[in-house]
This record gives sequence, C-alpha cells and structure tokens, in this order.
Amino acid sequence: MFYFSMFIQYVGQYMKTRLEYRADMVVELLSDMLFQITNLVFILVVFGHTQFLSGWTRDEIIFIYGFFLVPYAIFGAFFNIWDFNERYIVKGEMDRILTRPIHSLFQVILERMDLESLFGAVTGIFIMGYASIQLGLSFQWYDLLLFIVFAISGALVYAGIFVSLASIGFWSDSPTSLMPMMYNIGNYGRYPVDIYNSVIRFVLTWILPFAFVGVYPAAFFLEKEEWYVYSFLTPVMGLVFFIISVILWNSGVKKYRGAGN
Amino acid sequence: MDKYIEMIRIRFLMMLAYRTNYYSGILIYSINIGAYYFLWTAIYGGKESIEGLSVVQMTSYIAVSWMARAFYFNNIDREIALEIKEGKVAVELIRPYNYLGMKTMQAFGEGVFRLVFFSLPGMVIVGLVFPMEFSTNGATWLFFACSLVFSFIINTQINLITGLLTFFLFNNDGLMRAKRVIIDLFSGLLLPISFYPLWAQNIMQYFPFQAISYIPSMIFTEGIEGNEVFQAILLQGMWAIILLIPIQMLWISAKKRMIIQGG
Repeated sequence: MFYFSMFIQYVGQYMKTRLEYRADMVVELLSDMLFQITNLVFILVVFGHTQFLSGWTRDEIIFIYGFFLVPYAIFGAFFNIWDFNERYIVKGEMDRILTRPIHSLFQVILERMDLESLFGAVTGIFIMGYASIQLGLSFQWYDLLLFIVFAISGALVYAGIFVSLASIGFWSDSPTSLMPMMYNIGNYGRYPVDIYNSVIRFVLTWILPFAFVGVYPAAFFLEKEEWYVYSFLTPVMGLVFFIISVILWNSGVKKYRGAGN
Repeated sequence: MDKYIEMIRIRFLMMLAYRTNYYSGILIYSINIGAYYFLWTAIYGGKESIEGLSVVQMTSYIAVSWMARAFYFNNIDREIALEIKEGKVAVELIRPYNYLGMKTMQAFGEGVFRLVFFSLPGMVIVGLVFPMEFSTNGATWLFFACSLVFSFIINTQINLITGLLTFFLFNNDGLMRAKRVIIDLFSGLLLPISFYPLWAQNIMQYFPFQAISYIPSMIFTEGIEGNEVFQAILLQGMWAIILLIPIQMLWISAKKRMIIQGG
C-alpha cells in the first residue's frame, strides 16, 4: 500500500514537471509516433515486393508489430534506465537512493518514469486492430485477459534484461555501451523467428528472449497452433527473467561502495 | 584555418581516449547488419532481384549504409542544444572563431575517428561473415568517397539546423529525435529509395535526405552507374549549398534574440 501511494505521488510530480514544457511534450509524442510508423512503413514497403515472409503474410507481420508495441510501451514508461550507470553510479546519485526506506530499484524506476511512452501502446492497439480486421480474426472473452497477461509478461522480459544490464554497473565501470545493442536486438523479436538461423533463434528464445515480446505471444492471437507452447511460456519467461534481474540487482546493491569519496 | 584543423585533431584524440565504447559499437553494427541479412534473405525468398538489386547487392547496400552512417552520424545537434541551454554558447560567441564552423570541424574529427577505427574494421568483419560484393573498380571507390563527404556535409548541416532551433524552442529533444527517425527512414538507410512506391519517391526527391545515405550506398553497390553517378553527386552538391541558406538565417536571427536560460 505504501508503495502504491509512493507511486501515485511520483506520478503527480511527474505530471507537473512535464506540463512545464508543454510544446516539447507534444513534439515528443509526435516523434514517438513517427518512430512507430517508421517500422510500419518498412513492413509495408517490403511487402510491396513480396507476398510472404517464410509463410507469414503481411497482415500477420503487421499484427505482430502492433502487439510488440504494447509491452514495449509499458517497458519504456517504467524501465527507462538505459543511462542508469552514468546517472546513478558515476554521479553518485545511488547514495541518495540507498538512504531511503524503499526498495532501491523501485525508487530508480519512479524517478526515471517516462509516462508519455504509454501512448505507444495506443498506436500498437490501433495497428493490431487494423491487422485483425484484415485477417478476419475472431476473439473470445478470455483473449483480452490473455492479451493483458502477455503484454505485461513481455514488458517483464524486457525489464528483466535491462535491469540485469543495469546491475552489471555495480560491478563493472562501463557497461553502458551494451544498452544500445540490446535495443537493437530487441527489435528482432518482432519478426517471425523462423527467418533467422537456428543460433539466432535460440538466442532470441532462451538467452535474450525478445521473441517472447513479439512473435511468440502474437502467434497465439494469430491462431498459429505450432507456436502455442511458446505463447503460453511467455508469462513464465517474463517472471523468471524479471526475478533473476531483481536478485542480480539486490546482490549488486550490496557490492555498491559509492562514487568518489 | 590552422585552428580548425587543430580542432579536428583534438576531437580525434578525444575519441581515441574513450575508444572502448567503439569496440562494442562495431559489434552492435555487425549484429544489426546480420539481422538485416536474414530479414532480407527471407524477403527475397527465391527471387533473383528486386528493383534491380540482387540479394547480395542488397546485403552490401545495408552493410555499407550502416558503415557510412558511422562516418556521417554525429551528435552536434545535441551538443549545440546543451551549450545553448547551459548558456555556454555566450562564451563561444566571443571566441575568435566561427562557432558553427568549429562544431562542424569537431563533428569531422569524430567522423574520421569512426571511419578509421569503426567502419573499416567493421566492414572487414561483416565482409568475412556475410556474402557481399565489393567493387574492384577504382572509380567507383573514388565516387563513393566523394559522395560520402557530401553525406557528412549534408547530415551535419541538418544537425546544425536542428541544434540552432533550440534558440527558438528552448527544449527541443523531441524534434531532435524526430529528425533522427526521419533521416533513418527517408535517407535510404533502412530501405533503398527505389523500393518505395513511385508517389513516395516523387515526394522524397524534393528533400535532401536521400543525399545522405541512398546516393553513396547506391554508388558503392553499383546500383547506379555511368552518367547517373555524376548527376547524383551533383544533386548532393546542390543540397550542400542550398542548406547553407537556412543555417545562415537561423544563425543571424539566433544571435539577435539570444536568451540564456538560467546562465
């Protein structure tokens, strides 16, 4: 309960600071949307030249992309910690965090919140809606429930990987360069993993399981039965990876000695 | 002139001091190119060629686009925005050099560093792993180099414009991000312009973006040849000149209405 009221208070403060630079916020929302459209344009242009991508149709790929945007937006809004190392460890901000009686990761998350990212989920839902009309998909009442579970699990997969990466910062000095790499690799989970060779597919499934953010859960709604096992593994992978990352974080915090003096 | 060359050297040495980041950069680019390689192989399926590019040419196109990006890409828009916000730009203005010229030189030092320590080794690695075609024609390499210099100039000019807009917008992170996305998409980095539907190509030819990535990559993969190469480079040169106008206008009016935030 205490954590919940902390969350609400941070959101309130966040709104105030954001409304200060209102024009900038609008441009930022637009540029986010532009970014999402860029990837859509890529898919559309590519399918102007081909009918199938390893047996997947254009609208199926669009659906997967739309789905991917939802967990990605949740992740972007709450786990915007790509500059954790520079901000908190190099500059010693972590000292301040550790003197307070709330879990350190939770505080970092609250401070780095980026709620505008959530608009990406709206774009994603629109794109999914468009694709499902094109594909004539039918939905059951429990699909909505599964969608929420899958979207949150996907966000947890992302969060797990990035929190783990941030935790490395407690031990080593410069892991920051790994972060952009992860952002790139994250994108590959959007495409049907059967187009990659088996090594990459294995990596995207079990080591950096980004396929669980895009293609695997989306395959369920596309009624691709051969992938159902993977679809239902999504919540498991999300929880496992997130728990591992919190354990890593906690042991990292114990190692933390503070910066400078 | 000496002080500008000195600035290139200083920036180059500065980058050298922080070079560990760039080793992982090579890895990032290679992974990126690798993923695109698989994606494009799947897109081509069994097809011989799409829009006149074979799958091998396409892979080379993607690889060279990303490696060229390492050279022309720079963050001077962000640097300028930061210096404006922190009020440092006032000090820069009284120094005995042209501020924008100096920024360009810094970007150039950074570009040369990345070209030598990043693009060249990266290209060798990528060339070993994926099937690619390198031209054996010396003229192609020469035109490519020439065109790459223009890519740098045009991209830097666009960065100067976005950076200078901070004078008018105060906080333009959103705009800078939008610019980056637009350049990736419309410059031909992600997709050759010839893949777009005709109506989109017609619109894009009125913007300077394809001069940044599409032209050098097409020259390199010999997707355009002969007379077209000259025309393409001429087009780049034209944009490099046209873009000077908005930069000068922004710069003059920015100096007049400088407001230092909290400086």
